[in-house]
Amino acid sequence: MFLSFFKIGAFTIGGGYAMLPIIEKEVVDNKNWLSRDEFLEMLAISQSSPGPVSINISIFCGLKIKKAKGAFCTLLGCILPSFIVILLVAIVFSGIETHPITIKIFNGIRPAVVALIAVPIINLAKTSKVTLKNVWIPIITAFLVAFLNINPIYIISLAIIAGIILNQKIQKAKENATD
Amino acid sequence: MLQIKLFITFFKIGLFSFGGGYAMLPLIQQEVVQNNQWITQATFSNLIGISQTTPGPIAINSATFIGFRTAGISGAFLATLGVITPSIIIISIFSTIISKLRGNTYLEAVMQILKLVAIGLIAAAALLLRTDVTNSYSSAIIFILVFFASFKLKVDPIILILLSGLAGFLFL
Repeated sequence: MFLSFFKIGAFTIGGGYAMLPIIEKEVVDNKNWLSRDEFLEMLAISQSSPGPVSINISIFCGLKIKKAKGAFCTLLGCILPSFIVILLVAIVFSGIETHPITIKIFNGIRPAVVALIAVPIINLAKTSKVTLKNVWIPIITAFLVAFLNINPIYIISLAIIAGIILNQKIQKAKENATD
Repeated sequence: MLQIKLFITFFKIGLFSFGGGYAMLPLIQQEVVQNNQWITQATFSNLIGISQTTPGPIAINSATFIGFRTAGISGAFLATLGVITPSIIIISIFSTIISKLRGNTYLEAVMQILKLVAIGLIAAAALLLRTDVTNSYSSAIIFILVFFASFKLKVDPIILILLSGLAGFLFL
């Protein structure tokens, strides 16, 4: 299990989401450790839990297959490749960061980074059911965080409370409707 | 002690990150660049670029990188441990109550709002880095080209980062 997740961790570049279909293939199709339904249910919960999704699903798979021992192996396997690579990069990069060539290269990379962050906003807006009625939520969030320097922790906490209150109201309305 | 501060800060980042790597960037930026001043804004931007071309989730990459820059290998280890500890705790709990979570209306309602917040946070991440785009005409051109290539042509992000680095080396 460690080796499987190490392989997955090492060969999926550029963020956790790239890992998910590969984890699914390895765990469900190649190794038959879990059924597809089990995996998809765990994935849904991993996406609703805080923390990186790929880390969450790795822990979940490990726990399900071999309890704590399994989770230790899958988590370590998933993290170790990126830990080692970034550590090496950090060591090298810290030595060359102020070199004129490095500065030139990263002057080119930085605007590309912003573009790569901006693209998923449009795709997510399509898949997350953004409508004229609720579009104020992302807009206010972006404004508060980017321009008024509000800590995202407050907004996330508020969103969780709002979700709970809203759900209570919806459930009550449903009960009244069935009475 | 610095190592403990790193652990606690990244624990907080892990605990309050919803909706994928980019959504957690504003929180990392506030904690790491503004509040603790462990790295500069420019290094933070560079780090995101590096994360997009290396294996693993952005949260892990930034924890390891910032931990190392702040307090060496032990810092890298403790920051990384900090960012994954909330996941370990919460998933361990959720795995024991998995049947109760199925179709839980509270979880669904909260997630629906958090998804919208996450979009706002990703927009905030891009806006916080806006000077990287607006500081020169050539930066703005790279931004537009990469945006188009990624959105319309679905070019691989790694290729786009490498090409932009090459463009920077040649023209900037």
